[in-house]
Amino acid sequence: MKAFAQLIKTLDSTNKTTVKVKALANYFKEAEDKDKVWTIAILSHRRPTRPVNTKLMRQWAAELAQIPLWLFEESYHIVGDLAETIALVIPAAQEKSEKGLHQFLTEMIALKKQSEQEKEAYLKENWLSLDYYERFVFTKLFTGSFRIGVSQKLMTRALAKATDIDEDILAYKLMGNWDPSTTSFRRLILEENKSDYLSKPYPFYLAYAIENEPQDLGDIKHWAAEHKWDGIRAQIIVRENELFVWSRGEELVTDKFPEFEEFTSVIPDGTVIDGEILAYNNNEIASFKDLQTRIGRKTLSKKLLEKTPVILKAYDLLEWGGIDIREQSYQKRRDLLERLINQTDSTNIPLQLSNNMRFESWQAAAKERERSRTVKSEGLMLKRWDSPYLVGRKKGDWWKWKVDPFTIDAVLTYAMRGHGRRSNLFTDYTFGLWDKEKKELVTFAKAYSGLTDAEFKKVDAWIKKNTLERFGPVRSVKPYHVFEIAFEGIAQSNRHKSGVATRFPRILRWRQDKKIEEANTLEDLKNLII
Amino acid sequence: MKKPLLHFNAKGIYCQQADVYLDPWKPVKKAIITHGHADHSRWGHLQYITHHTNVPIIKHRLGDIQVAGVNWGETFMVNGVKFSLHPAGHIIGSSQVRVEYKGEVWVFTGDYKLEDDGIATPYEPVKCHSFITECTFGLPAFKWQPQKEVFQEINQWWQENREEGNTSVLFAYSLGKAQRLLKNIDASIGEIYTHAAIENMNDVVRNIASLPQTKRITKDTKKEEIKGNLVLAPPSAHGSPWIRKMVPYVTASASGWMTFRGARRRRAIDKGFVLSDHCDWSSLLSAIKATGAEKIICTHGYTDIFSRFLNEQGFDARTEQTQFEEETAEELKSGASKLERL
Repeated sequence: MKAFAQLIKTLDSTNKTTVKVKALANYFKEAEDKDKVWTIAILSHRRPTRPVNTKLMRQWAAELAQIPLWLFEESYHIVGDLAETIALVIPAAQEKSEKGLHQFLTEMIALKKQSEQEKEAYLKENWLSLDYYERFVFTKLFTGSFRIGVSQKLMTRALAKATDIDEDILAYKLMGNWDPSTTSFRRLILEENKSDYLSKPYPFYLAYAIENEPQDLGDIKHWAAEHKWDGIRAQIIVRENELFVWSRGEELVTDKFPEFEEFTSVIPDGTVIDGEILAYNNNEIASFKDLQTRIGRKTLSKKLLEKTPVILKAYDLLEWGGIDIREQSYQKRRDLLERLINQTDSTNIPLQLSNNMRFESWQAAAKERERSRTVKSEGLMLKRWDSPYLVGRKKGDWWKWKVDPFTIDAVLTYAMRGHGRRSNLFTDYTFGLWDKEKKELVTFAKAYSGLTDAEFKKVDAWIKKNTLERFGPVRSVKPYHVFEIAFEGIAQSNRHKSGVATRFPRILRWRQDKKIEEANTLEDLKNLII
Repeated sequence: MKKPLLHFNAKGIYCQQADVYLDPWKPVKKAIITHGHADHSRWGHLQYITHHTNVPIIKHRLGDIQVAGVNWGETFMVNGVKFSLHPAGHIIGSSQVRVEYKGEVWVFTGDYKLEDDGIATPYEPVKCHSFITECTFGLPAFKWQPQKEVFQEINQWWQENREEGNTSVLFAYSLGKAQRLLKNIDASIGEIYTHAAIENMNDVVRNIASLPQTKRITKDTKKEEIKGNLVLAPPSAHGSPWIRKMVPYVTASASGWMTFRGARRRRAIDKGFVLSDHCDWSSLLSAIKATGAEKIICTHGYTDIFSRFLNEQGFDARTEQTQFEEETAEELKSGASKLERL
């Protein structure tokens, strides 16, 4: 554990990418193979499921620290990170544990099936046998992800540096379903292993948002445009007459979409399609919310399948006839994809082509983009006709050109302390809109991002002086400040007091020029629902 | 109703019987001053009384004031009230104030810590009935290591930076923390350079205590000579043009707030050392116990939380508002720049 804790400490104490890559590469050169595999797993979001709920962990930590639970909770709100709080309040280690990372994780997996008493004994014993930083890292394994600014991409780069294997090849090896408890470093990284590849997806190519005007991309004749659908980005694999559906989060979700089983009858072996899964009703794209509800259900009832059917809108073709064709041009891949899909009977099989469009001018493309919301898309995707299918988020060949978000002016009503680097600062806000008579503010959204550090600092100081009531970590504040809130989508909702749910709300601007009377009403918001 | 021996009013902590204020925040006739930090020793009182080692410090800060210095434990009577100063261990010249009238004893801590830091006269517990205590770090999350261990870390950090050809810039308050660092850092590793605000204060402190040799950074100081050495600077220098002369450098801060990972990251400092001139959680509790006091008044810091805990432990605890700067991690910077101006 010492080596892994030291690695996390180093990664956490620098903002410089080069230092991070160097620290990781050194670790990958020197650590035990079993620890390396687990480190890769953790940094690629493959941690084991939590064996103990955090409520019990808080309780046991408070007991060890000999403080009342309320005092532990107050400390947590101020520290802003549960694992950090636990590591801080527990007394210093008596004897030092020499166990490695893989041992802790193996024990953690086994712990899931054990009794509550055994779990308590295990945690208490280990908390008392690790020094402060190891205790923090150990607890973090149980509570959440390390926010240390190490993306999977950065980790892959370090691994490439340590092993002299090409970064894109490594990215591919790390995709899909592998289990860190049974996979060795040799098998995962070093060996060529055909049999693992049956279900293996390719790394997704992701686009950045367009930075300036699309005109800057040059002549439009080099660019294909298509609508950016708002569903679940997915890869469909058909190999050896078997179907695999992968989400962009690298989750195997084949079971969630039984209607796709049909694909094996029309798609030949050795085919991989990149596309978007969408809820689709009566020949129309349904809302993302419907899809989300369906995904959230543990069991797929017949009723649900009838209520919310899905389709795949195909974007791209990555493998054809068992051959990786990502290096070929987008034009060529699209030609193959179109030929494949045009042969299939889309009335019976939920597979459609996401049409791409050629425009004569950027103005014409802009006009189509403005239409996006009416066709249930988020805007346009621009792809160079000659572009290969790259790995990860890359600039240059593909761009997102999303429609401008919805915006509304709302009043700050509640605030809560933030986490991580915002711990001890009030940065998590709740916003309200006026009811019809402008008498009462109705909560409609929470937002955590969009202000600069300097602005957060100002609002934080204001909140501390203008608190009306405290509810644990939450404070209600005097209605005074107006913020412009941006969001991507809007739908009716019974779960919210306001009757609407917004997607990805964030703060666009602090409207210090506006008085609260000038904030919008709930009616204004509801009028945005198409 | 009879006013208690000490009570809090708009100007400060007041003893009506003696017509004396302790660390007042508004101008008054007679003020007893615990220590030289700007939020405790303010400008504009007619008469100042403080420990004699603090006299040159507050004179340096406040200019030509009428100030009387007293010794530790030396009593002085004002209208039948007996006052004396006792070491608080916070910074050089810092005291607690003991106030006694008709057998009733109160103690006001100012700011304090229990560990002997090698430069401030170490804290001494004083028995009392009522204890007015700061609780800047009154949360169980705060737990200080012995300073010997922290200085090992600091020395190692400097040594490593030096080997990699980097200058080590360490941020610290110009009064207190800077001298504590100087006194305890291994000066044999290299040269120690100082920002003018710190060196001006060092000049004052050198008349009271010995400090290792330092070099003041002036506009004539050559960039090349600083390289690989240690630079002590006030927090306000972070991100200022002044610091460009230190390139290539790495930064660190030594403060109790460095306990929080978030505090260091937010302030974009490379390294944080947990080193405080205040009490941590367990020292607050043991200090309170040692006084034998039943009534506890909590001032600046996590007062609500700390007094609730004390009440559960059977003390009669409450909180009082003061205008001592609540020295939170965010305000460190602005607080320090205020100090530098005075």
